[in-house]
Amino acid sequence: MSEELQRRAADVDADQLLDDEISLEMNEVVGLSQAQIVRRRFLRHRGAMISFAVLLFIVVLSATSVGWGPIPGWWKWDYNELVPRVEGDGGPTLSFRPSWLGGSGIMIGDHPFGVDNEVGKDMFAQTMRGVQTSLAIIVVLGVLSTTIGVVIGALSGYYGRWVDAVLMRFTDIVIVMPLLVITAVAGFALDLAGMWPVAIALGIFTWTGLARLVRAEFLALREREFVDAARVANASDRRIIFKHILPNTVGTIVVSTTLLMGAGILTEAALGFLGFGVRPPAVSLGSLVNSYQGAYETRPWLFIWPGVFVVAIVLCLQFIGDGLRDAFDPRQKRIPKHKDLDRGGEITRVTPAAAGVLGEAEDQR
Amino acid sequence: MFVYITRRIIAGAFVMVGASFIVYLLMTQAGDPLAFTLAITNPTQRASVVEEVTRTLSLDVPPVQRYLEWLQRLVFEQDFGLVSVTQQPVSDELARRIPMTLKLVTAATVLSVVVGVITGIITALRQYSGFDYLVTFTTFLFFSLPLFWVAVILKAWGGINFNDWLRDGAHFSPTFVIAMALLLGVIGTSFAGGSPFRRLTIGAITAAVTVLLLAWVSANQWLINPGFGPIVFAVLSVGIAFGVIMVLTGWGNVRARNAALITCGIGIVSHFPLQAVFDGEFNIWMLFGLLAVGLAIATAVGFLVGGFDKGQSARTAATVAFLMGTLMFLDRMMQSWSEYSSSSVIRNRPIKTIGDREARLEGSFWVIANNTFAHLVLPTIALMLISVAAYTRYSRASMLEVLNQDYIRTARAKGLTERTVVIRHALRNALIPLATIVAFDISGIIGGAVITETVFQWDGMGRLFVDGLRDIDPNRVMAFFVVTGTFAVVFNLLADIIYAVLDPRIRVGE
Repeated sequence: MSEELQRRAADVDADQLLDDEISLEMNEVVGLSQAQIVRRRFLRHRGAMISFAVLLFIVVLSATSVGWGPIPGWWKWDYNELVPRVEGDGGPTLSFRPSWLGGSGIMIGDHPFGVDNEVGKDMFAQTMRGVQTSLAIIVVLGVLSTTIGVVIGALSGYYGRWVDAVLMRFTDIVIVMPLLVITAVAGFALDLAGMWPVAIALGIFTWTGLARLVRAEFLALREREFVDAARVANASDRRIIFKHILPNTVGTIVVSTTLLMGAGILTEAALGFLGFGVRPPAVSLGSLVNSYQGAYETRPWLFIWPGVFVVAIVLCLQFIGDGLRDAFDPRQKRIPKHKDLDRGGEITRVTPAAAGVLGEAEDQR
Repeated sequence: MFVYITRRIIAGAFVMVGASFIVYLLMTQAGDPLAFTLAITNPTQRASVVEEVTRTLSLDVPPVQRYLEWLQRLVFEQDFGLVSVTQQPVSDELARRIPMTLKLVTAATVLSVVVGVITGIITALRQYSGFDYLVTFTTFLFFSLPLFWVAVILKAWGGINFNDWLRDGAHFSPTFVIAMALLLGVIGTSFAGGSPFRRLTIGAITAAVTVLLLAWVSANQWLINPGFGPIVFAVLSVGIAFGVIMVLTGWGNVRARNAALITCGIGIVSHFPLQAVFDGEFNIWMLFGLLAVGLAIATAVGFLVGGFDKGQSARTAATVAFLMGTLMFLDRMMQSWSEYSSSSVIRNRPIKTIGDREARLEGSFWVIANNTFAHLVLPTIALMLISVAAYTRYSRASMLEVLNQDYIRTARAKGLTERTVVIRHALRNALIPLATIVAFDISGIIGGAVITETVFQWDGMGRLFVDGLRDIDPNRVMAFFVVTGTFAVVFNLLADIIYAVLDPRIRVGE
């Protein structure tokens, strides 16, 4: 708390201040459903919104430029198409430096991310295809691991006792198993090339953290009055789990799935780098970095661009996850800036009393 | 407690057996373990190798029975089997690789914890300041960096560009100096508290100091021939003593202040005779011995002048002694740096990117230590980027949680200084959850860093695992799995026990 704030707080009559605070806090949420409050808070989170826009741009760019499946894209090369040899070293033609600063003007050119002259591949098309693969992998990963994690966590937390013991020991077993073995086996034993073995292997082995979180939530929620009320009303176990308790854990699930997907990009890329990830002819960001790591000193653009997209996607997902966490957290308050305080009177300081009133929102979770 | 620990150990053993069974079966389905023999052209030789490998890996029995045989050998004879390709015992490999891995990862882990916790605590104290936002963004960025990508870039940058730059005279370009000054100025501004004028002044001073320092380093070619000399050493030592006093006790605590300053004086004086000890026969145990002696002297000084508050004075003096010992070590390392980098093997390209040491280099303890340092610095940076970010986030969250507690309000209300509230009441409690996280992370150390080891070509545990997987050699993969899995189970248990011991609100086994 800043000194400024302390001084001002001391000036104002304490009771009056408390009343103001409560009404100010209530003004923010009065007449709104939980979903509306969360949505509002999320839309107001600047970092998350910028990241959301950037991520959307990356998705649209990669989906439309090289096309998806039978749908053709607008970019002139395809990712597996041989391009004619380019004179010189094949460096990127993308340029933002205007000609009057000694650059070649703002232009995209034939090969904005450069070209791999040795094999004859356009790097932009390859990178876009890599982005598509990586995004598809984390979508599969997200769906699979959320489903498994939620089901195991919910059953374990709701029923407790031997169900809990068995499921949690099973979770422990999965946690200690090395992921590399799984993907290596999935690739060989199922004889699948491309992204699917990696996506499925990642999906069925990354749910452990989520399962533990959901279990902890269920352990706390199943003791609450609304669960007793539902039970008294003769609701079935299934109904209590899915209709009564699960909606209260949505915040935890959404946030950790977002972060899981961010980590999934990195894991996929790391697997690709070690040679256990996506295999040719399929292309992912990790496999691109892997195949061009030797080229860094002579033709850095082959190596840099896929990495830049990995960083961009993960960073966006991190910020979105952070924004979601803030939005779902009932204790989260807007923090007054100095200029708010200078306007006078409008102190939205958090006190235990105000937090207690808002604690009702917490009870809804 | 005893029942709880026993139960956890038994459960852990069951988990390990179950998981090892699954991993072993998966390994038998992962490919052809004889694939490497296709490279042998001589058919009779090849047949004999095939027969040998079939026997070592028991390829002629069904997988489940193979697993049971493997387990039996492991449990009753502590035998990990042979490496399929070389027919050497896997335990020899483990004995060679575990120290290598520890060497690689220990420094990075310790440094990450220290740097991350300090940064996290400061950002929590300055929540929602410019510094906080800067650090938060940086941690997000570091989290998003693919380790292998950074490692390859670091390797090219450190191994080629930096060494070239050293060869060309180690002069900073004016652009670099200005950029660094601006960067540190901005950090200084956002870091400081108070009125905008005060913050801008602090930022400007930071920038000016940066320019002067970089100009001096550049002009004297300090990075080619680094060193402190007695005067800079004395100045830095006094600075350390002042810093420790200000952070731990405040200037008002006369006894602790005197203890710290006396320790500092003893350290500066003993710096001279110690040089002879350093230059003689020296080894790592003597290094630790000297550190222990220094700490003992400092503690004694603290007790002698401590009066009614002996513990406080002793802690302050010991902290000063520890930091000065580190400084003395760095000083001596620097004195041998040019001897190391100008040696005929290194040929003035000191920063190394391959392996853990230059085996051909011979020299004193200090030259060898510099050799190790030069090989460690880049992988350590690569490993640190991500874990520093993680520790910063953890400790920030933990500190914020504690600062909102009622007992902190009580401490403030009874009129304690902010330093006492932060250092004594908040920090100690904020460190409790961190202790468990650190204990948990240590279990990961032994597994090595697969990617870092690959990029920088260290023969550690991670490589053992990846190579074994590539050759479809269950013995190597399982050895890695047993060692890392056991560590994970044990340290998980340890983390829970530490938590229960440190935090009286937590009881285990209920």
